[in-house]
Amino acid sequence: MMSSQSSINSLQVDSLTCVRDDRLLFEGLSFSLQAGSVLQIAGPNGCGKTSFLKILAGLLLSESGSIYWCGTSVLKDSFSFRNALTYLGHAPGIKLALSPYDNLLWLCAINKLERKDKIDAALKRVGLDGYEHLPCYQLSAGQRRRVTLARLLLDDSPLWVLDEPFSSIDKEGVQFLEGCIAEKAKSGGIIVLTTHHSLNIPGLTVECLQIDQINVSGPAGSELTSSEAGDSGHGDLSHGRDQD
Amino acid sequence: MSNTQSTTSLFSRVLRRDLLIHVAQRGELINPLFFFLMVVSLFPIGVSPDAQVLRILAPGVVWIAALLATLIAADSLFQQDFEDGSLEQLVLAPEPLYFTVLAKVIVHWLITGLPLTLFAPLLGVMFYLPWESIKVLTLTLLIGTPVMALINAIGAALTVGVRRGGMLIPLIVLPLHIPILIFGTQAVKATEDGFDISGQISLMLAMLVMALSLAPLAISAGLKIGVSR
Repeated sequence: MMSSQSSINSLQVDSLTCVRDDRLLFEGLSFSLQAGSVLQIAGPNGCGKTSFLKILAGLLLSESGSIYWCGTSVLKDSFSFRNALTYLGHAPGIKLALSPYDNLLWLCAINKLERKDKIDAALKRVGLDGYEHLPCYQLSAGQRRRVTLARLLLDDSPLWVLDEPFSSIDKEGVQFLEGCIAEKAKSGGIIVLTTHHSLNIPGLTVECLQIDQINVSGPAGSELTSSEAGDSGHGDLSHGRDQD
Repeated sequence: MSNTQSTTSLFSRVLRRDLLIHVAQRGELINPLFFFLMVVSLFPIGVSPDAQVLRILAPGVVWIAALLATLIAADSLFQQDFEDGSLEQLVLAPEPLYFTVLAKVIVHWLITGLPLTLFAPLLGVMFYLPWESIKVLTLTLLIGTPVMALINAIGAALTVGVRRGGMLIPLIVLPLHIPILIFGTQAVKATEDGFDISGQISLMLAMLVMALSLAPLAISAGLKIGVSR
């Protein structure tokens, strides 16, 4: 269905600057990602991780710099970029008054997927069978988060931008989401996410971009540090700091 | 081809979803309608129960009450979507926001403007309006309430994410309602005086067409600003 899925995806970010409320959060942020990469944005609270993801998704405008998707500026061809993009913010767009099933129907319509048959299967896979037609306000926070997981499962867009996807899900859910991310990366997708959780995905290189209150600057890609998952401890809990 | 198809599918999906949400929260549905009926009923009590006086007051009172009732309802138009993140999803969808917000406003009109219009004949009887005028009053509200809904939605979009934004909406949009208010009430008065009202109705229809085609642009622009805060 999605033509860009098969072609070579690439994401290039060139010297982005973010200023919020007259405060410089970061400037000169650059990197480039090839198909199959996972990029974790790290940094203390309030350093501009969410703002960066919003800029990347096109919700916020950068003060300077540009973003290229498959070599084309996203401002020039915003239609194909939006076709390729799935953005999950702090609030994932789950309507409490509606059931998980109805929520997914709508979220799939946004991504142009008509997958009525697959929604039930996806809900079953995230462990929500039996809850399909209950309104979401009757579900726990973790279960609501699982509705989002089911969405990712159904989603075939090549670029995922995920803001704190691991918040309020249990260990099993974490493993499940890591599986989703690994699968997406293997099929040539690109994932950019923020999390305080150290990703532990076997066979997958997770690049890490540190945003500090000190300005990030330098030539493209210089700030990226790669770490092979598995060799940096097996703790699947986040590292104490910034747990909120 | 596939492009148009997906736009209509998101359009109808948003229509259906919003209707479902309102059915699930039907308690809130009657609030504007109740407000409308209450405000209008206060006039015979507060001003005068005299048929002569009420007949003069009727068009203005019903129209202004309808306007205020739709304004009250407008506050919630995008607020929930903003809070739960659905708005971000809609703004980032590949489909033009134009059609999505149009779907949302249509649903909003169906659950606020349309019920008000349907109750207007009852209020017309209460205000001793002749049958001819009641028909015109209902017709003008039928054309006028969608215009109000669209204009209110501009205010709601501009104040989305603003704390206590509900107070700002009337200040922003009330001046914009004046033209439709003038022609709506004028049409009812003209009927009572025995004049032809096709001119007023045509102008109101023209306003409706203009609002339908232009307001979604303003609403989408407002929402885009709203989600970037």
